[in-house]
Amino acid sequence: MTDLTRLTAAELAEKLAAREISSVEATQAHLDRIAAVDGDVHAFLHVSDHALETALAIDQRRAAGEQLGELAGVPVAIKDVLATNDMPSTSGSKILEGWLPPYDATVVARLREAGLVPLGKTNMDEFAMGSSTEHSAYGPTHNPWDLARTPGGSGGGSSAAVAAFEAPIALGSDTGGSIRQPAAVTGSVGVKPTYGGVSRYGAIALASSLDQVGPVSRTVLDAGLLHDVIGGHDPLDSTSLTDQWPSMAAAARKGATGDLLKRLRVGVVKELSGADGGFQAGVKQRFDETVAALTAAGAEIVEVAAPSFEYAVAAYYLILPAEASSNLARMDSVRFGLRVKPEGGPVTVERVMSATRDAGFGAEVKRRIILGTYALSAGYYDAYYGSAQKVRTLIQQDFAKAFAQADVLISPAAPTTAFELGSLVNDPLAMYLNDVTTIPANLAGIPGMAIPMGLAPEDGLPVGLQLLAPAREDARLYEAGAAIETLLTDSWGHSLLSQAPALKEVAR
Amino acid sequence: MSEISTELVRHLAGLARIDLSDSELESLTGELAQIVDSIAKVSEVATPDVPATSHPIPLTNVFREDEVRPSLTVEQALSGAPEREGDRFKVASILDEEQ
Repeated sequence: MTDLTRLTAAELAEKLAAREISSVEATQAHLDRIAAVDGDVHAFLHVSDHALETALAIDQRRAAGEQLGELAGVPVAIKDVLATNDMPSTSGSKILEGWLPPYDATVVARLREAGLVPLGKTNMDEFAMGSSTEHSAYGPTHNPWDLARTPGGSGGGSSAAVAAFEAPIALGSDTGGSIRQPAAVTGSVGVKPTYGGVSRYGAIALASSLDQVGPVSRTVLDAGLLHDVIGGHDPLDSTSLTDQWPSMAAAARKGATGDLLKRLRVGVVKELSGADGGFQAGVKQRFDETVAALTAAGAEIVEVAAPSFEYAVAAYYLILPAEASSNLARMDSVRFGLRVKPEGGPVTVERVMSATRDAGFGAEVKRRIILGTYALSAGYYDAYYGSAQKVRTLIQQDFAKAFAQADVLISPAAPTTAFELGSLVNDPLAMYLNDVTTIPANLAGIPGMAIPMGLAPEDGLPVGLQLLAPAREDARLYEAGAAIETLLTDSWGHSLLSQAPALKEVAR
Repeated sequence: MSEISTELVRHLAGLARIDLSDSELESLTGELAQIVDSIAKVSEVATPDVPATSHPIPLTNVFREDEVRPSLTVEQALSGAPEREGDRFKVASILDEEQ
């Protein structure tokens, strides 16, 4: 029998609709795979104990002739930043250990309405602060390509889960690259939608003006199918856009025919092309080869300049900590989460709060809260936070000029392949630079996607291509992404992930 | 050139309500000084003629009808409380004896 964990979500959906397989079988196959490999990978913080019940209910509804959504019965993993009313939601932090939210995030509610089967919650850097999952309070996730390396972050649990065939699709969140950079270093696909395109209600907030929930998958089509389920206006999120969105899956299917490449104008962002160094040699090489392949396929390549991008990381590390320090004030020991009594002295609510936040937050979270408190404090606000907001305007202007010349922009999705666990964790500034290619999209609110573009010759590890489109043009991203995915996989003769080394399966 | 001192970090930690040990204060002081030096460059291009952007996709005020909608029950709202008394969250004293 086919190994069901090797199928894409679209393939599973087709077999489920044709009743060749049941959702119970598909779900059991993934639960078995999790049991067999997750001891080594550690993609999951919690595995659902009622996924099979959910799957059975879907099978029964299908058997009764009910019309179900396209992904009904397909298993899905959920990043732990999202509130789930039936599974603990910790955002990777000790301060929320065991917290069972009394509500579902809107995106989770939409998964359930569409009949998808939640498998569990995936690991992440604490409160999504990090690029490696090493800042998780529950231990790091390991990259399925090389267990000694990180799967990226913050959403390394979701990217590793799909790359290790523990789930066909997963949800992530992207504040500065937390969907796209993990996709790049695990050979998977990830999309950050236009800001406001997907509801943030029930996503434990990191930086509210940057956070966006999006799909994680192994193919562009699967990401589009999941995007269609979770996207669209949500009155519970006051920043949710009221736009009517076209089907992202339809755009991906259209793009896969490849016709688009003959008339696509592709902008190469000079500042993110590796022309000035700063990128690993194999990343630069695969990027240049991809540009050449696009030219050969008939695309028009234009070089675009984005001079303000040089200031993006600096602006990001002012805006993010400022917003995070404010958002995380809710972790106050009063309404949910940890409460720690101070040692000695009077026991006041303020001292309980301070003792709780000391015990409950990890080093990176403390670092960013203190940095944000500094950036927002009287006397510094204009110089730091105010200036960072101006940089944001300059970056938007750079994008506007670039998109006047090109339909989509491309760059490497990360400057290096997966780095070794422990190699950057004590060097915050070096860790921050991992997101140099992804941060501009968050600052500008535009959609971005990462897809595999090969293996670096020097280490045999995946390299990711980033595509960017103007705000609200997510469908363009899916169409172009699927076209390039088809071009590359056809040239290789296989998917990139089929080349990943086999993981050791624990006997059950 | 950074002006980040241990005393400043101690003050910020107080504002942020995080008890930090002396060793944490010391390591954070060094790290913050380095980070602040690297991000201060934003002021190079933030000239007065550049407007600030606080929100990536501008929206004007978002209103809804003033109608009663389903919300959490008291039990749901209290379900994660570290301590409760009746239908309320229970906390330690708000003021210490000296205040």
